[in-house]
Order: sequence, then structure tokens, then C-alpha cells
Amino acid sequence: MSETLTFLDTLKARDSQREPEPTWIAARRQAGAARFEAMGFPTRRDEEWKYTNVRDIAQGNFALAADGDFSPASAAALTLPLEAYRLTFVDGVFAPALSDVQGLPEGVEVLPLSQALADNHEAVGGPLGRLTGVEFSAFAALNTAFMEEGAVIRLAAGCVVEKPILLQFLSRQNDTPIMCHPRVLVEAGGRSEATLVEHYAGDADAKNFTNIVSELFLSRGAILTHYKLQEAPLGDYHIASIHVEQERDSRYVSHNMDLGGALVRNDLISDLNGKGGEATFNGLFFGQGRQHVDNHTKVNHNAPLTFSNENYKGILDDRAHGVFNGRVYVKRDSQQIEGFQSNQNLLLSDRARIDAKPELEIYADDVKCSHGTTTGQLDQDAVFALRTRGLDEQSARGLLTLAFAGEVLEGVALDVIAERVELAVAGKLPERFNLTGLVETAAALNE
Amino acid sequence: MLEVNDLHVSVEGNEILKGLTLTINAGEVHAIMGPNGSGKSTLSAVIAGKEEYEVTQGTITYEGRDVLEMAIEDRARAGLLLGFQYPVEIPGVKNIYLLKAALNAQRAARGEGEIPAPEFMKLIKAKIADMKMDASFLQRAVNEGFSGGEKKRNEILQMLVLQPHLAMLDEIDSGLDIDAMRVVSDGINSLRNAERAILLVTHYQRLLDYVVPDYVHVLVDGRIVKSGDAELARELEANGYEGIEESAA
Ligand SMILES: Nc1ncnc2c1ncn2[C@@H]1O[C@H](COP(=O)(O)OP(=O)(O)OP(=O)(O)O)[C@@H](O)[C@H]1O
Ligand SMILES: [Mg+2]
Repeated sequence: MSETLTFLDTLKARDSQREPEPTWIAARRQAGAARFEAMGFPTRRDEEWKYTNVRDIAQGNFALAADGDFSPASAAALTLPLEAYRLTFVDGVFAPALSDVQGLPEGVEVLPLSQALADNHEAVGGPLGRLTGVEFSAFAALNTAFMEEGAVIRLAAGCVVEKPILLQFLSRQNDTPIMCHPRVLVEAGGRSEATLVEHYAGDADAKNFTNIVSELFLSRGAILTHYKLQEAPLGDYHIASIHVEQERDSRYVSHNMDLGGALVRNDLISDLNGKGGEATFNGLFFGQGRQHVDNHTKVNHNAPLTFSNENYKGILDDRAHGVFNGRVYVKRDSQQIEGFQSNQNLLLSDRARIDAKPELEIYADDVKCSHGTTTGQLDQDAVFALRTRGLDEQSARGLLTLAFAGEVLEGVALDVIAERVELAVAGKLPERFNLTGLVETAAALNE
Repeated sequence: MLEVNDLHVSVEGNEILKGLTLTINAGEVHAIMGPNGSGKSTLSAVIAGKEEYEVTQGTITYEGRDVLEMAIEDRARAGLLLGFQYPVEIPGVKNIYLLKAALNAQRAARGEGEIPAPEFMKLIKAKIADMKMDASFLQRAVNEGFSGGEKKRNEILQMLVLQPHLAMLDEIDSGLDIDAMRVVSDGINSLRNAERAILLVTHYQRLLDYVVPDYVHVLVDGRIVKSGDAELARELEANGYEGIEESAA
């Protein structure tokens, strides 16, 4: 197919410039390219892509970035005001000047992939690709064919990292659109604990394509809180696959916030492979204009006594199109499982659209599982009631929209992220919605 | 303060108010009574700005301004307050947030800055005590899961905080127990002064024993068919609307 050819030609050109690589990398690259060529881009005939048309990506002509320069002033404006260990990538290229991982506690490594490979490529080659192989999707295959940069995070057993680890991906406005295929590897040792923040932002007029694959390994008792704040430019294409493997008693909490991008697709998968494992998927997607946001999630209860709780909320305005597909799978005879899933959507305009599909696949009998999806509009009586109290229409609508998102935002412990989401979905409200000061004073009133 | 002149209002093609005229001056308390479906709620909702209602004829003037030209929120900011017959539940929006946002919107319209937090809390503390409500109501979502009577108290709490010039209270007495009736009535009476006016919509004399109106109007089939003083309400309580409707016909 001509569409795959454009990408394969770019790959060939890149390969010819590459320094000699360890054989395993070259082999994976070839396997990725072969798989991508065989599969081609998904079409609407593929069940997994029924509601998401990737034609604009397939027909695009994306170059690879030549450098990772980004004006420090604009970077500062885009960066989350968060005290964190930080790695920054500009159109996929590592930007040392915008990165700072000084002072990491002992036993913690936060490295750009290129450096992790240079230091010890075999240590990367073991886990890489184990969760997300080239079979997973054409995009995963494409990522594998192109992979050269990304992040490797390793936490030794028992390591607790207080400050968040921030991976920042910036998208530039370029003369020719750029593509990048970052690869992220997280290995959290037994009882380690960390917060990972992925943040996507960029120049307002950028039109680039990010195709990221993340593999996260949580050993026994590890706790990982994972924020993904996707505020990519509204012209960007964003495809992300996140695959988590959880051993016994590990806890993974995902906060997946999608605000940006023209076309967005997330695949979030957790394999609960050991007793006591727990996965929490908290998600919010907000689309306006003609944005298309697709979230596919999957929890695999592969072991007994595993727990999952999922809450996704979609807010769609204008002609935006949302897709939610959440799957809970319980393996044969995995007993005493709890798997809850809820998806609620709010349509702010008549032309906005959502396709929601929860799926339960259960092969055990002692399970507590539930799922439900609802779609509604703003309560006009509530808008009227708020306006009769003096709130202008925009604030009233914003407030109700935010109230809808409430539960999902309440779980967000990082205020800067909650504030970004609030501002995006509700605009500027009379005061901050989360009135911490008032809450405290009111509590004092009760005494 | 409020002049309603020959008001005709339709909903989905049905005429509900059919030439209603009413004048309320500062300092006065008016009560509107009338059979179910006669248009009482429609009148107060149209004055507050509910958009489903179509005004086909007539005028509404409030403090010299053409109300029908004002946005809903501007009416509120200018001191008009509608106490709902059926207060709306607003999940996810805390009562205290609404009170603060509403008060600050009103202040901003007057060119005043936001109320400082300690001053606000002092005010709220006083008003919630007046309403004999527990402070925990402040942290709950507006009206969500409130009992019928609690919702009505909450409307009055908002009124006490916002201190409207004209309060239109639609069946504020329905669902109130004996003690609550007293608390709510005291709240309404505390607002009475020479600069303010109150419009009560009610079916029962009981509220009017506490909040004694200067005028009582009987609304039947979209028109005021009879007006009088507090005595009229007592007559209605004794004889019902039948005689009135007949005399009007
Ligand atoms: N949105 C609407 N659509 C259709 N009819 C309506 C609508 N709103 C009100 N009406 C009708 O208008 C008439 C007047 O209603 P309104 O609520 O004003 O009566 P009311 O005098 O307040 O009655 P009650 O004493 O029962 O509260 C009723 O017949 C009602 O069914
Ligand atoms: Mg009524």
C-alpha cells in the first residue's frame, strides 16, 4: 500500500544514516517494519478501530526531527509548574537543556532511552517489547521500527521517590510535519513507590504525529501513580499504547486526561497477574471543535483476588467525537475478583457524538463486576437556577460541566493538573471551584 | 418597584397568562393565591427570565428598567430573586460555592470587589444560624438529597445572603413542618423594610398569619380576578375559589 510505503521509505532513509546497532535492535526494527507493512494502517473495518478513522495519519507525510531545539521561554510557558525530575523531548528528540534529574534518590534511574541503550543495551532489550509486541497494532509495529528515543525509569526494590518524575513531550510548529515514536520503559521494583507524569504540549499551530508505546512493570507490592496530561496542540495526532504488568499486591493508578490533539487514541491495558493486585483507571476526555478522542481500556484479571476500578468521563462540545471502549476480562477460575467500570458522557452540543461500549468477559463465578455507561446533556433547569442567582451563562454552564467532571478530578492529587483540566473544561470560573480555604473555615463552623 | 402591565404569556402555543396587571411598590408584601394551574409559577418564572415562556403582549418594568430586555443573571444582580416552588438539585456544586459565587456576582455588578473570606464566613455563619440549618449543608451539593422542607429553607438561606430588593417566593411554605414555617417566616420578615418588596405565592393562610401581606390577589386562568387586603386570604381559606371564579365570570 502506498500509505505504508511513505513511512517505510522514511525508515529506510533513517536506517542508512544510523550508526551500527546491537543486533537485537536491528532485528526488532525489521520485525516491526515487516509487521507494519503486512498489516497496513487499521481501517474502520477493524473492530478495534470501528469508530476511529486514522486516514489523516496514514496519508500524512511526516519527517523525523533533525534536532530538539525549543526556545527556553516558550518551553517555560508550556511546562507544568511542578517540582519534579524532568526529561524533555522535543518532537521526540531528547532535550538535555530542558531536562533535570539532579538529586534522584539512590536506587532510582531516570534516563533517556538513547543513554540507557548506550550504558547497557542488554538491560533494555530484556523487558522492551515484552508487553507491547509488534503484533499489538500497526502503530506498535511502526513504533518498534522507528524507536530510538524515549525514557527508561528504574526503581530499585523498596525505593520511594517523593517528587514526581515528569516526562515532557513538546511538539513544535515545523515547516513539514514531524513524527516521533517514543518508547517508555518503567521497571518498578518490589514495594517501590513513585509518581510518573507524562505531559504533552506544544506550539499552538503544530501538526505533528506522536506515536508512543509505554511498558510498565510493577513488581510485588509496587505502587505507581501515573498521570497522563495530554494537552497536545489541536492539530497534533496522538496515538498512545500503555501496557502495565502487575505482580502480587501491586497498585497502579492511572489518571488519563485528554484535552488536546486533533485525533487521539489511547490503549491502556493492565494485566493483573498476581493476587492482591489493584488497578485504578481514572479518565477524562474533553473534545471540542472537530477533535476525535478514542479511549480503549482493558483490565485483565489473570489472577484471583485482583481488583479494578475504572471511571471515565467524556465531555464533548461542538462537533467533537468521543469513543470509549472499556473491557474487563476475568480469566477462567480467577475467583474473588472485583471489577467495576463506569463511563459517563456529557454532550454539550447537538452535533457532538460519543460511541461508548463497555465489555465484560468473565470466565469465573465468584466475581463482583459491574459496568455502566450513560450519556446526557447539561441540565437546563440547573443552568437557569444558577443564572437566577447571578451567575452568567458561561459560568453556569462551566460550573455544571466541572461538577460533572468532579469525581474524576477529585482523585487528582496534583493541583496543577486539576487546575489545567478545570480551566480547559470550564473556562475561568468566579472563583476556584475547589475552595480549600472555604472548606476549612466551614469545618470550623461546625465546632 | 415592579409593574406588570397586560402581560400575555404562552408556552408551546398555549396562552397561560392572559392579560395580567400588577403593581408592587417598595415596602409592600403581596400574596398571590389561586387554583392549581392558574399561572402563578408562570408569572414569577417569567419575571425571573425563564426562556421557555413566550411573552406575546404586555410589559414588565422593574426599578424603571424593561425586565424583558435583561439577561436572567442581570435581573438577579439587580436584586430580583426567585425562590423556586421546586428547587433544582445541582449535583457536584457545593452550596457554599453557589452562595459565594452568587454574592460576588452581585457585588461585581455594583462595582464592588469580592467579599473577603473571613467576612463571608461570618455572614454565612449568621445566616445559617438564623435558618437553624446545620453547617454541614454548606458542604453538600445544592439541594441534592435535601428533604422538601430543607430545600425550601435553603432557598431562604440564599435569599438572606443575597438580600434581594424584590423576592418572589413561590410556595415557599409547601413541605414545611410547624417549626420550619416559623423559621422561614422569620427569615422573610427580617427582609421586610421600606426599600424592599416581597411577592408570595401560596395556597395557605398559615404562611400569611406569619407574614401578613399588604395585598392579596387571586389569580384565575391567567388573570387577576380579585384583589384585596389580608382579609381576602381569610375569606378564601373559608370559602375556596368557587365564589370568586363565579363572580369573575
Ligand atoms: N413548560 C410547559 N409546557 C406546557 N405547559 C406548561 C408549561 N409550564 C406550565 N404549563 C402549564 O401552564 C399552566 C400554569 O402553570 P403554573 O405552573 O404557572 O401554575 P400554578 O398556578 O403555579 O399552579 P400550582 O398551584 O399547581 O403550582 C398549567 O396548566 C401548566 O400545565
Ligand atoms: Mg406553581
